[in-house]
Order: sequence, then C-alpha cells, then structure tokens
Amino acid sequence: MIAEAADEKPRDGGEGLTFWFLGLVLLIILPALNVLPSDDSWLHVSDFTLNRFGKFLAFAILALGLDLIWGYTGILSLGHGVFFGIGAYCIGMHLMLTIGTESVYGNDLPDFMVWNQVKELPLFWKPFYSFSVAVLGAILVPVFCALIFGFLAFRSRIKGVYFAIITQAVALSAWLVFNRNETNLGGTNGLTDFKQILGFRLSESGTQRALYVITVLALGGAYFLCRWIIQSRAGKVLVAIRDSEQRVFFSGYSPATYKLFVFVVSAGLAGLAGMLYVPQVGIITPGQIGVLPSLEMVIWVAVGGRGTLIGAIIGAVGVNFGRSILTNYFPELWPFFLGGLFIAVVLIFPDGLVGLMRRLTIGSVRKTLGLEKPSAASEGAQP
Amino acid sequence: MKDRLGIGAIAGVAALALFVWGEFARAVEASAAPVLSVPSIAGPLALADVRALTERLASDDPAVHDQAFRIIIQTGDARFLVLLDEAVVDADRATRVAVKPVKDLLKNKLKLASETDDARRSAAADLGTSRQLSAVPWLEQAAANEPNRWVRYAMEESAALLQLTVGETVLKARAATILGELQSQNGLPALKEFVQQAASDPVSREANQPALRAAQGAIEQIELWSTWANVFETVFRGISLSSILLIMSVGLAIVFGLMGVINMAHGELMMVGAYATFVTQELFKAFLPPNLFDAYFLVALPVSFLVAGICGLILEATVIRFLYGRPLETMLATWGVSLVLIQSARVYFGDLTAVTAPAWLSGGAQVMVGVYLPYNRLFIIGLSVLCVTGIYVLLFRSNLGLRVRAVTQNRNMSACLGIPTRKVDAYTFAFGSGLAGLAGCALTLVGNVEPGLGQNYIVDSFMVVVTGGVGKLAGTIVAALGIGSLNKFLEPSFGAVYGKVFILVLVILFLQRRPSGLYALKGRQVD
Repeated sequence: MIAEAADEKPRDGGEGLTFWFLGLVLLIILPALNVLPSDDSWLHVSDFTLNRFGKFLAFAILALGLDLIWGYTGILSLGHGVFFGIGAYCIGMHLMLTIGTESVYGNDLPDFMVWNQVKELPLFWKPFYSFSVAVLGAILVPVFCALIFGFLAFRSRIKGVYFAIITQAVALSAWLVFNRNETNLGGTNGLTDFKQILGFRLSESGTQRALYVITVLALGGAYFLCRWIIQSRAGKVLVAIRDSEQRVFFSGYSPATYKLFVFVVSAGLAGLAGMLYVPQVGIITPGQIGVLPSLEMVIWVAVGGRGTLIGAIIGAVGVNFGRSILTNYFPELWPFFLGGLFIAVVLIFPDGLVGLMRRLTIGSVRKTLGLEKPSAASEGAQP
Repeated sequence: MKDRLGIGAIAGVAALALFVWGEFARAVEASAAPVLSVPSIAGPLALADVRALTERLASDDPAVHDQAFRIIIQTGDARFLVLLDEAVVDADRATRVAVKPVKDLLKNKLKLASETDDARRSAAADLGTSRQLSAVPWLEQAAANEPNRWVRYAMEESAALLQLTVGETVLKARAATILGELQSQNGLPALKEFVQQAASDPVSREANQPALRAAQGAIEQIELWSTWANVFETVFRGISLSSILLIMSVGLAIVFGLMGVINMAHGELMMVGAYATFVTQELFKAFLPPNLFDAYFLVALPVSFLVAGICGLILEATVIRFLYGRPLETMLATWGVSLVLIQSARVYFGDLTAVTAPAWLSGGAQVMVGVYLPYNRLFIIGLSVLCVTGIYVLLFRSNLGLRVRAVTQNRNMSACLGIPTRKVDAYTFAFGSGLAGLAGCALTLVGNVEPGLGQNYIVDSFMVVVTGGVGKLAGTIVAALGIGSLNKFLEPSFGAVYGKVFILVLVILFLQRRPSGLYALKGRQVD
C-alpha cells in the first residue's frame, strides 16, 4: 500500500494535465464555438449539442461522488439516483413555482396540482419560493438523508453486498414514493414545463449557455474537492478501508466515521448534479431516479475507470454520449449495449477506459523500463 | 316408428300450446285487465303467438305487460326461449328491451338445472338480484335437490334476498334472519338499504317492526363474520405472498451462502422459467390432442427447472467463475446479463404473453362463507413447501449437499480435503437457477408472462436473502414469511407503497442488531 501511495504522485500529475486540457476545452472553446462561428460553419457547436454536454457534465459531477465512495472506499451504493433525484426535485419545485400563472391552467399552483384537485400549496413546497433555499436544499437535503441512512448502515457495519442491496431497496422505495400522486411531487410525470430561472427565460440560448458554464465550473469545483479529499490523510484512510477494513479498524481508526463522511460528500455531489441537471434538461421524473438509473450511474464510473477522478468524468460523459447516439439510431439495441457494457467492464477491462489507455501508453513505456506494476484499482478490487 | 315420433312431437307441442293457452286464459281472468284479443293457440305453439306476447311485453299499460310477463315466466322452458329469440329478431327496440329481462330470467331458470356447479351458482346469484319474486319458488325447489353445499348456499341466499327486497312484508323478518344466519355478504347492502328505508318512513316502521329488528341483528352478525373472514383472508394472502417470495429466494440464498454472490439475474432466470412454461404450453397446443392440454403444466415444471438450470450453468461458466471473490463486480455483471436477457425476451416474444392456467388450477375452494381460496395460490404454497423440503433433503441427506455445506463453511479447508469446490459452485449455481425457473413457472399462474416479470419481486427477494442471512435455510424461510405477511398486513392500512417503505425501514433497523441477517455463520471469519 505504501509503495502504491508513493506511486500516486506522478500519475496525479498526468491526470491534472488532462484535467486542465479538458477544462480549457469545455469551459472556453466549446462555448466560444457556440457563439462565434456562424450557424452553418462546420466549427459551429449547436445549442443542442452544448446543452447535451451540459447534461453529461452534470452527470459527471455525480460520477465523481460515486467514484469517491466506490472507487476509493470500496462501498458500492446502488441508490445514488435517490440523492440525485432529491437535488433535482428541490430545484424543480422552485422552477415549478416560478412558472406562476404562465402554466397551462393559468393557476398559481403547479399544473399537476390543479389536475389532482389540490386546492392549496402543500406546506413543504412553500420554502421553495426562494431560490437560495432551493439551491441549498438541493445539496443539504441529500446530505441530511445520507447522514441518517449512512449512520444507521455504517454503525451496524452493513457492508459489501448487504449495503448494495439495501441501497437498491432504498432506490426502489424512493421511486415508488415519488411516483405517488398524493406526495404532491408530480407523480409519474414528474416536474416539467419550466419557464424561467431567476428571471431568465430557460428557452433562450444565452441562459442555457450560462447554465452550461456554471456546470463546468461546478464540475471543476467538485473535481478539486474530491482531489483534495483523496490527497489528504483521510483519503489515504479511505483507500485503506477499501483494501482492508479490518486492518484499518485494528490500527485504531474508525472506518464508520470515514465511510459516513465520504458517503455524505458523494450524496451532496449527487444533489448538486441533480440541481444542475434539471434547468438544462427541463424535466425530472421518478423514472430518472429508480433502480436502473442508479445502476447506470455505477456503470459510468466503472467504464471510465474506478479509482481515478478523471475516469469518472470520462465515463459519465462517454457512456451518456454513446447512449444518446445509440438510442437515437438503434433504440432496440441500447439495453443490449448497456448490458454488454456491464459485463465487459467487469470481465474484460476492470480499470475502465483510463486503465485501458494507461495500459496502452504508459504501460508499454514502463514495461520497456522494467517498472511494470499492477494498478491500484484492480488490486483493490480483490481484497 | 317415424310416425309415432311425429305424432308424439305434435302431441307434445299441442299439449304445451294448450297449457300456454290455459295459463293465458287464467291470467286474463285473474287480472281485471281489458279483454285482450288472444290468438287462439290450438295447433303447435306458433311464432306468431310468441310475437304477440312479446309485443304485449313492450306495452305501456302495466297490467298488459304484467300479464304477458307472467305467462311467459310460467311457461318458460328451453323451447320457449328459442321461440322468444326468433320472435324478437326483427322487433323494434322497445320490444327487445322489454323482452331482455324476461329472457335473462328464463335463461337463469334453465341454468339452475345445469350440470356444472359454477353455472348453477352464478344463475342463483343472478336471480338473487333480479328482483323477480317468481324466482323464489324456483330457487327453493332447486336448493332442495342441490348436492353441492356452496351452490345450495347461493340458492338459499338468493331466495332470502328476493324475499327481503321484493317479497311480502310478513315474510321479510324471516328472510332477514335467514340472511343473517347465512352470514350473507351479498345480503348486506340490501339489508342496510331495507333498514334505512324502513326507519325513515314512520308508517312502514310500524308495520316492519319485527323485520327491522331481524335485519339489524343480521347486519351485526354478518359484519362480525366478515371481520373474521377478512382476517383469515389476509393471513392467507400473506402466506401466499410469502410462499412466492420463498420459492424465489431459496435459490438465491443458497448461491449467496455458498459463493457470496447475489445473482442479480435471478429474476431473469425466473423469466426464463416462465417463458419455458409458455413455450411448453404452445407446443402442447400445436402437437398434442386437446384432451392432453391440461397436463402441460406438469410437464412445464421440470422443463422450466431444466431450462433455467442450463442457463444458470452457462452463466456460471461464462461470467461468474471469472469473478470469484469479487461479489460487487459479480452483481454488476449479472445485472448486465439480466438487461440482455430482458431485451432478448422483448425482441423475441414481444411484450405480453399469457399462460392459460390448466383447468385443474383455475377456480378455488370455498372453505367458509366469504373465504375463498384460489387453487393456483394453494398450488404455489404447496410447491414452495415441496421445494424447501427437497432442498433440505438435498442439503442434508445427499453427498452433494454435504459438500455444499462444507464449502459454505470453509472453502479453503474443503478444497484441501479434496472437494472440487469449483464443480460444487457450478452445480449449486445451476441448481439455484433451476429453482428460479420453477418459481417463474409458478408465477405464470398469478400473472402475465412478460419480459419484466423478474423485476416485480426481485428487490423483495433480495431483501429476504439479506434479512435471512446465509447461515441457514431457516433464515430465508423465516424472513420470507415475515416480509411476505407483514407486506399483506400493512397493505390495508398503509397502502402497498408505504407498506413497502415501512418494511424497508424495519429491515434497516433490524440489520442494526444483526448486520448479517437472522442466522449468520458462526465461527471466525476474515474478510
């Protein structure tokens, strides 16, 4: 492990470089290509593409959080869709309330409430008139939920498969509850038909561009947060928990506290992702927070490469990009592809795309220098 | 010979016609209705006469209508029904509407003598709501000769119900008492309505005093009974759901205990079993004589076990064996397999196919008034008991079982002692998958066969496995019973969704005390 830790440094340097390069492309070049060239130029990035990338990058924030607990700490959570959903619903409720009388029924209440014959705004909706409450809520409510659930789960040392199953059950329950009409969260149809955010029209490309830039910045922030965590002493303990929880325990650390901490952080990131997702996509439904979406999120991380932050980002963007292309052209094939991805990523390239690239480039260089070492992720996965 | 038959037929028809005529005449005399020009029915009962009767049925004058109605009802037999049908072929709408209740009544009267129990029973039930007092003697007569207890019950119930709703005032008290003694669920609304009506009108309250008291007593009696019947049914539904959960999770639990792997594709192996049942059914339909059709389910049981078992063997050989010791990765990979299987089924079979339950599994047994136990549910309970017994025998009385238990307890030690652990893994996995197939076959009895079939219960069965722990089969059984019956107990008060959420909270709280389930493996364990 110690040798491994010493090995992290140069790799992080390389990852950092990739990150700055990606940051430059995403933050400056893409929006610039959206604004500057004329519409028919081949360099032009359409509003649609930019918006789509914004969505993928929101997912990437979530993937970072998931990577933190799965890739680094070795806890598989199959319920992150719930935290994403809570964040998304928080901001969605605010956007719903700002529609005001522009709605189809012309009522102050959201349309689905008029339709469900709800006469008065439910109490828990009221705070969401305020934008700041919605933004804070989108992060703090998932954090709070994760705190309670994580406390119960980690205190009693539920781990491994047990933890995964329980979180999956949480995802199923949340899906069921969000689907109900009487919870006043829009039922199956979710929240949609948003008009404006802070007075800016969501249909205008300028607003969407701004949201995109905010997402990129948030992603950058999330990346630095995660990097800071994993490079700190706590980060070392997290990796140690992944590799052998009992040894960490016997060394006098409390794994439960560290696990709870990282679980809460990743839930907060998931909430942030949900918050950025909703205004860009314009709809949030229970279908996006259930069992299958939660599992897909895990696959983003696995495809990109567990235990590398940049891998989580690449995975989230890559898988979703592939999805949007495949579902467009071959809708029938997507489940096969996704299923195949699940199997392949586990069986054939457990280190994900990043591991694959490393094996292809750095690996060959190292081999010639005689420095070949197994990578951290694959070793850690076999305790 | 021919002649005699002919004469007989003519005589018969003539007799019938005379009878009709006689009744007709009597009816005319009885009612002081305006004299009707009655067609003379000297010869065989002619279509024209019936047509005339049907026209009168549609008459605006209630006296004329009643008269025609009575004649038809009293003459009613199978032949008359045919004539009636012919008579209204090109009649106007009003006539047809007027004839419809008469026809229904006659049909039900005939059905009271039907061969099948269900037909007699439904006829009795229909007559009970027909509001025709003339049906009472039919029902009473039929009840006297009825061999089947529950059909007799329906007949008595309907007769009393008719007495209560349209009968004479003096007989109402008795009818109410009978309904109360029968614990008649169907009688409850009528009784309540009667009480309400009688109580609201002071004049009739006087006249109906005894009947009113009897009705109130009957209502109490019935409501008390229905509470108990409800409790009983809830318990049964709980056991039924538990048995479904059990049959799904035993295979899962064995594999989890042995290999530490939760097979996320378990639900899809169930789906494979369900489709195997479907295909068996189609093959029986296509290639075997129809009288053998009901046997298909007996064939489908082993077929679905084998097909799913083979699928499991393939899955083990191609995916799972490479992931030994990496349970989380195995979960993801098997989930991937499940996605592929679901989509394949969707592409190949389409979205919805249904299995026709064999005749011997449709219907149910009535054990008490208001308590009806469907055969398919009983069958699933029986099957799950059988499965668990089978597994016990296999685990504790067979060589393979001994090895499975040894590997479950300590893999390395078993390998040192010469047990081929990988083979044991493969066989156990195939066996667990086969059990999933069996579960899928059983599920076709209670639901549709669809690609998403496995998804409906799968998270529940994961919960059962996690709650039950891996040490003992008993854990799975107890957990399945607990979760299944709790689900059904909570459903009425919480609703299905919140009941589920509540159970999840309970499970999480339970795992606080026992993080590895009800029965954890004892001994020193290092992870």
